[in-house]
Amino acid sequence: MSNGTARIPVTVAEVLEVNELIKRFRFVRTGGGHLPTFSGGSHVVVEMNDQGTRRLNPYSLMSDPADTSSYTISVRRDDMGRGGSLFMHRQVTPGMQMQIGPPVNLFPLDLRGRKHLMIAGGIGITPFMAMTAQLDARGERFELHYAARSRALGAYMDFLETRYGDRVHLYVDEEGQAIDLAGLLSRQPIGTHLYVCGPKPMLNWVLSTARKMGWPDGAVHSEEFLGAPVGKRFQVELAAAKKTITVEGNQSLLEAIEAAGVEAPYLCRGGACGQCETDVLHCDGHIEHNDHWLTAEQKASGTKIMTCVSRFEGKRLVVDR
Amino acid sequence: MNSELEGTIRSRPVYGTLEPREGSGHLMVADGEGAGAIVDLVAGAGAGAADMLARTQIIYIPGPNGTDQSDRLRALNAWSFFRANDYATAQPRLRKVLGDAHMGLQIYLSGTEGLIGQAQRDAIEAGLPHSAVQTEFRGSTVRRVQCVHCKGITENVRTDPFKCSHCGLNLFVRDHYSRRHAAFQGVNIDAEDPGHVPPAVERFK
Amino acid sequence: MGLDFFKQETFRDDYTFRNSPEAIRRFPFPFAEDSYMYSVNMEPHVAGPKGSVFEHMFDVDEHYLSEMRDRAMVLRDDPLRCQSLPHMTLAGWDLLELIMESKARDYPDWFELHKTGNRWTWINRPMEIEQTFTFLNESTLPHGPMEYITRQTQGDFTLQDQRDNNLWIDAGMVTTQADWSLDFDIGMGFHEWHAPVPHAHQMGVFDRALKFLLKLQLGAPVRRFNWTMTVDPILDTSPETYPKWGPSKATLTLDNIGHRQHLRVELQSLHRLPRSNAIAFPIRAYLIKFEELVTMPKWARRLHRVVRDVHPDLATYKGFLRNRDLMVQYLSQFDDGKPTSPGWWPEPE
Repeated sequence: MSNGTARIPVTVAEVLEVNELIKRFRFVRTGGGHLPTFSGGSHVVVEMNDQGTRRLNPYSLMSDPADTSSYTISVRRDDMGRGGSLFMHRQVTPGMQMQIGPPVNLFPLDLRGRKHLMIAGGIGITPFMAMTAQLDARGERFELHYAARSRALGAYMDFLETRYGDRVHLYVDEEGQAIDLAGLLSRQPIGTHLYVCGPKPMLNWVLSTARKMGWPDGAVHSEEFLGAPVGKRFQVELAAAKKTITVEGNQSLLEAIEAAGVEAPYLCRGGACGQCETDVLHCDGHIEHNDHWLTAEQKASGTKIMTCVSRFEGKRLVVDR
Repeated sequence: MNSELEGTIRSRPVYGTLEPREGSGHLMVADGEGAGAIVDLVAGAGAGAADMLARTQIIYIPGPNGTDQSDRLRALNAWSFFRANDYATAQPRLRKVLGDAHMGLQIYLSGTEGLIGQAQRDAIEAGLPHSAVQTEFRGSTVRRVQCVHCKGITENVRTDPFKCSHCGLNLFVRDHYSRRHAAFQGVNIDAEDPGHVPPAVERFK
Repeated sequence: MGLDFFKQETFRDDYTFRNSPEAIRRFPFPFAEDSYMYSVNMEPHVAGPKGSVFEHMFDVDEHYLSEMRDRAMVLRDDPLRCQSLPHMTLAGWDLLELIMESKARDYPDWFELHKTGNRWTWINRPMEIEQTFTFLNESTLPHGPMEYITRQTQGDFTLQDQRDNNLWIDAGMVTTQADWSLDFDIGMGFHEWHAPVPHAHQMGVFDRALKFLLKLQLGAPVRRFNWTMTVDPILDTSPETYPKWGPSKATLTLDNIGHRQHLRVELQSLHRLPRSNAIAFPIRAYLIKFEELVTMPKWARRLHRVVRDVHPDLATYKGFLRNRDLMVQYLSQFDDGKPTSPGWWPEPE
């Protein structure tokens, strides 16, 4: 479905070094005009041509959804990753022409919320930048708690404080500040919705604490974009396309399928949405399931694979693509 | 489970068995035989029962069949116990409790579908996702039915078809159920052939 | 086209509704083959041939003004036909924007939209409306945004909120429905509001459809057909008013069925909305008299075969089982048994 959607040609209008790890990019529509309106929590997939390797990485839109003259994303450099963030940091400069997909929201606000309580860790702040702008414009009640390792890495602390005052609370790890999560979760009125985005340990901490304190699942929302992990090179047979392809160590299975010219569905490219679910026809070896989509049972059965983040090690893997 | 309550279509509610869950407080609302589900719930909490009851509010209403087991619930010695004669009387108190509550409150509803549906609706209106509420069916299967024509609600419907207590049309009782109305849908059975009304059958007891 | 294109006709009392020859020719006949069963028959809602009902995002046809007048009467008698739960206001604005931009682009002679920032002016020439308002400010319109724009747009509309891997029907304008109640169904999840449909659940149709729709993307709307049967050209066949229109089903004869029996086709489309992440679901009903339909020989042959062979449970659910034999008897006169070509276009002979 996704690969049938029209891409949007954009021009890099601005690249800003926010701190030693984070760069911010602003895109405008090539040839002028507005970009599609989006909702807070949306991401776009940015297409990169990395010396002949096509990379498609998802990034949360952090600009104000009311402003469709440009889109802004922040990219945290991952020196150990497959290379997408390094490409963005090293190769992307103002004036460059790129392509992005249309906005997709897999981390939407629950607009029934009487109050929106948001917890961000590090680069996980980006979707909340757009969400707070959207909520503020509609006069909705929200509270943002934002933790970062250092003041320098707390990329948007000053901006948020200036804009939203005491609706924003900042916590700097190296200054010994930490969120009093249990206290915070115990004081929220009925009808509050909780949102969390950040590194996995933080996500697990917030989700398990909320559950232990009796928060219903329907009021708790989280987003974790897994970068597709690197691994060892492996081979896959694509049954429908009658091709055998090699997935390089710094490539995802989905990227390798695309590079072979085979159409494959996707949306989030982060193991969350389920769109790239693919039937495994034969598996002699071990599938490294890295997604949040398949159930533990499905993972154990070895009959499905999420091509965007999962890998394989073994003798033979045949998938239905 | 009573065969009347088995899922027929996907909008028809299904009920579970109440089980103790961790939470900042516990709100239990029951009618009629639903008292037994609360007693069983507390028994299921084992060693944690005393701690649970110390943070529990119970609201109880006698069942539409007259069953009144207030004594069993009062004997639990929960932090608070309130008995009302009908749902309308209990509702202001329930809404006040919900309005004052914080996230983490556990809600347990047991008894007839009418009681469960109405209390669930109040919880949703207070801002909770409907899935956050635990329910257990016990007791009478009489239905709360909304006449789709005049919008009037008839309580304790026993037969199918039945006469709408508001507009007098002959209604057949569908399994289609609305959480917002906390009611099943009643539709005129002789609209196409006025006067051709099949004999009423006692389907709900 | 000029404003005299729009006909003055009624969908109640004296039932003066009828289709012009051009409206018959462009009628969205829903059967691509000689039989019918449920399926997830969705296709991209892209612009179709000129003159077809698919030419534009929102088709405006000769019945526009009459349908809007009928809607206003339905709402006067029962305001609960239009409801929006409080969290759906933003989706209502999304819908208003989608419709205004589409109509102003597709029908520049009839509709105009002028924007200066959030200050918008909307001109609807056929309905003689000119309204200046502030986008996203509810107090600048006479109705909520969904109600405002759907009082000026043919077809029913529902707005689905997306949460917990489900779609929730949390707002709607429903006055031309095939016997379902918005007031009763509002707030239900996808499987709940489809609960009364026979067979389709067991076939997994709704599971597949929901999975597909949850991934519906911005700027990539899809569409499908649905259909039923209606005696007399009544747009408002609601459960609420069933005692009023139900008795008409008992009055069909072989003499009057060609004139009074209508095939009712719904062109349904689904659109992801940008600000709210909700899904808009326009359900556009088209009516055609049997005597109008049989002027297209291919449609006549095919409808005869579909009605004759459709599963009785579906005929019951769609409310025409009691008249099925009569319909088959009438339509059989126009079926010479010749094969029909695949696809739904008419092929006049």
